[in-house]
Amino acid sequence: MVIERRWKKWVFFYVPLTLFLVGMLFPFYWMLITAIRPDAELYRSWRNVHNTPFWTLHPTLDHVQDLLARTMFPRWLWNTFFIATVSTGISLFCGLLAGYALARLKFPMAGTLGTAIFVTYLVPPTLLFIPLANIIRNFQLGDTPWALILTYPTFLIPFCTWLLMGYFKTIPKELEECARVDGATRFGAMARIIFPIAVPGILSAGIFAFTLSWNEFIYALVFISSPERKTVPVGVVSELIRGDIYFWGQLMAGALLGSVPVALVYSFFVEYYVAGLTGSVKG
Amino acid sequence: MAQVVLKDLNKMYDDVHAVKDVNLNILDKEFVVLVGPSGCGKSTTLRMIAGLEEITSGEIQIGNRVVNDLPPKDRDIAMVFQNYALYPHMTVYDNMAFGLKMRKFPKAEIQKRVQDAAEILGIQELLKRKPRQLSGGQRQRVAVGRAIVRHPQVFLFDEPLSNLDAKLRVQMRVELKRLHNRLETTAIYVTHDQVEAMTLGDRVVVMKDGWIQQVGEPLEVYGRPRNRFVAGFIGSPAMNFIETTVADGAGALWVECAGLRLRVPAERSARLAGKRRQAVVLGIRPEDLHPATGADPVDLTCEAVVDVVEPLGSDILLDVKVGNCVIVVRVDPSVRLRQHDKIRLAFTPERIHFFDAKTEESLQ
Amino acid sequence: MAKHPRSLVPTVGAAPPIEVALPRPRPAAPWRLTRFLESERLLAALLLAPAVVLLALFIAYPFVMGVWLALSDASVGSPGTFVGLRNFVKEWNDSIFQTAFQNTFFYTFWATIFKLTLGMWLALLLNRQFRGMRLVRASMLLPFIVPTVLSTFAWRWMVDPTFSVVNWLLYSIGLITNKLPFLSDGRWAMWCAIVVNTWRGMPFFAITLLAGLQTISPDLHEAASLDGANSWQRFWKVTWPLLKPVTIVVVVFSVIQTFADFQLIYVLTGGGPANSTHLLATYAYQIGVATGLLGEGAAISLFMFPVLFVVVWFQLRYLRRLEGA
Repeated sequence: MVIERRWKKWVFFYVPLTLFLVGMLFPFYWMLITAIRPDAELYRSWRNVHNTPFWTLHPTLDHVQDLLARTMFPRWLWNTFFIATVSTGISLFCGLLAGYALARLKFPMAGTLGTAIFVTYLVPPTLLFIPLANIIRNFQLGDTPWALILTYPTFLIPFCTWLLMGYFKTIPKELEECARVDGATRFGAMARIIFPIAVPGILSAGIFAFTLSWNEFIYALVFISSPERKTVPVGVVSELIRGDIYFWGQLMAGALLGSVPVALVYSFFVEYYVAGLTGSVKG
Repeated sequence: MAQVVLKDLNKMYDDVHAVKDVNLNILDKEFVVLVGPSGCGKSTTLRMIAGLEEITSGEIQIGNRVVNDLPPKDRDIAMVFQNYALYPHMTVYDNMAFGLKMRKFPKAEIQKRVQDAAEILGIQELLKRKPRQLSGGQRQRVAVGRAIVRHPQVFLFDEPLSNLDAKLRVQMRVELKRLHNRLETTAIYVTHDQVEAMTLGDRVVVMKDGWIQQVGEPLEVYGRPRNRFVAGFIGSPAMNFIETTVADGAGALWVECAGLRLRVPAERSARLAGKRRQAVVLGIRPEDLHPATGADPVDLTCEAVVDVVEPLGSDILLDVKVGNCVIVVRVDPSVRLRQHDKIRLAFTPERIHFFDAKTEESLQ
Repeated sequence: MAKHPRSLVPTVGAAPPIEVALPRPRPAAPWRLTRFLESERLLAALLLAPAVVLLALFIAYPFVMGVWLALSDASVGSPGTFVGLRNFVKEWNDSIFQTAFQNTFFYTFWATIFKLTLGMWLALLLNRQFRGMRLVRASMLLPFIVPTVLSTFAWRWMVDPTFSVVNWLLYSIGLITNKLPFLSDGRWAMWCAIVVNTWRGMPFFAITLLAGLQTISPDLHEAASLDGANSWQRFWKVTWPLLKPVTIVVVVFSVIQTFADFQLIYVLTGGGPANSTHLLATYAYQIGVATGLLGEGAAISLFMFPVLFVVVWFQLRYLRRLEGA
């Protein structure tokens, strides 16, 4: 290590890192404090002398209770969870098979297909949401969970395929060749040898895909109209604002609770998530 | 127990012709080694036998059965890979049992076979470990064990020792030979190491650029190489080659170049007679040269100047200059020589090789 | 060059004609699925089928339909007729579209610059050993994990016209006497969006760059400092050149995401005040979905296509070059 002086370490390391940390986390703190603050404190003039905006002396769970009891928030949570899980499952299934084929099998057009999948990976949902809405309507899928379960894979499959393809390429070819000589079929070698070894990669792809679908917004906004079928992000945006009035306590409670599931998944699998994240941009 | 027959075997990768018209009869219980520099087609040939590469044209028979269209699993072979290819998520036991499980052997039989193999290889204590907890030598043993539990018709080895350190390699080489003597199963072994090829093989197949150069027992390939490539590839240090011209004189044929004039031994004259005034390549192994004594005929000796002395302990390698060329000589360790010393070298007449300068074929 | 032994090989190169023989004894080949799957091409086709079908159905088909819609006067409830490039021409001359078009570039440019510089800085900070390192690294990613819509709401509340905590803070330390018009002024609102986007996207830069930094051997830094380089020089002469490939890929990804951004603006400003902060995506939504003019909306979306195409093309070429090198 290169040795440095103490004051330098403070100026160039501790202070900037602390500023970053505060900056990155303050909005979450603000969510929390707003969610447990009584309305009387929330809407007080900002020049009020007795204002204590950074904490509250009268914490309350009213907003949370309202949210859970009087809105469809629990329903949205369930919808989001269901849709994210199923579409992640579908995408992992497709991505595993396609990633294996692209990484291992020799067939005409392999290169072209790999490039095509990479290109679809880069297609943003906002480019296609209008025609896609038409297609969803034509397929009679509008306002059903299937509209999202079938369209989320469009951005999840390319990602999963890409990530898993990279992972498969790191597994020595000889392992499955050996399995085939040992008596396994091609498919058997893939399923019994390669897939079990790829579990960390599959986990990474799955967790990343789950958070992506949990966070998806524009498809859910356009394809779903009934309040009871909405996902958390759309429900919070469209149903918690009545008319022009923002109920900030409830909104922040919703934002907080809607973030908790992904944050939990993330905190349990940080390593895998980071592996997925960094793997997602590897060429 | 089976013989393996390769008939007119060819492999094309796009526009690379990797294996060319390979014909080979491997006998039952024989240990055959394919040897050659990298890219010579030896591994591709092995992988075609295993069923891991498609055959472009030709035919492969294992035990009188054409296997061209059979997937690897139905060929009744076992293979040991260079990087061992142990399944990292399985214990040693499960690694060894995998092939038997795939073939639906009864559990008791699997257990017995794995135990037997583990005993033969001395890895009984390792059965519960995972591959990553093993040393290189242990992994190697497990890989071999996984092959022998199957009692296959043929063993295939793809450079199995090249990832081991030098000492372990020698040790495993001996063990593999002992194992083959005990199991008496046909084995095909690929290596780029000619020492391994010589020590292990009942027969050695030398390959280059996709062609088979020579097939024969190790000493036959060593003693009567068919062409200049085989002569140079087999043997260490490599055979010396000297460009010479054939000349007439005093009722005999001579080969000569700057600093060297040797009488061609009578029994070799026939093949060289038609080459008068033409170039031929003389080949002589370092061990077939020695410091001349009174007993050596003068017309089979030459003057040389010592350039580098490399003592190996068991003997000494000398790099000496003869005219314009540098050749290597293996001498007894008792010989005391230093750089720039002059020395008279004698050629062992029956060990001199001649090669056609153009075709590089041996002129035996 | 050694020639092949003549006795073994009749002709050079080509395989000799195989003699016509009686039918060879072939092993019984039961027509089972497993045998069928041994063929590499068939297996590949089978494995790729689910992914290709889904992507063709929900990406390729919508793309074709999007082009058709953009060339028609379709609206909700009316299939529309072919109108050529009229939608494109109309939008090109539309002042709100022009603002949105410029905004998209402005937003992408500045947000990317900020994300890259701050992300790089953060990555360099996180690349050191310190107590609580894992926890700090993990929590730095939170803005990226949490649904954008929800965290943007928190920001919106933080810059609320009446109850902004930022205003309160600046006021109480005496920097301002009047509220700053965060969302009520077009310029301010655009910069707010850029700040929020930076806040959300920076962790992605930091963590991927950190992964890149960790592959650089410390030996290089030690060698460079023995050669007399100070830390600034070490960054520019050692770290940056080695980090460039990762950086380019991350920037490309981020540019695409930012250029096509929708949710952040939709929640933070809704395109306002007075349509001054629309991006192409939010304006396409307003015209195509909220107003129901599918043709025009699709045309606005498609204006993103050339830019995305160029970026992706550049990216592919760059990847090829890396593979070639």
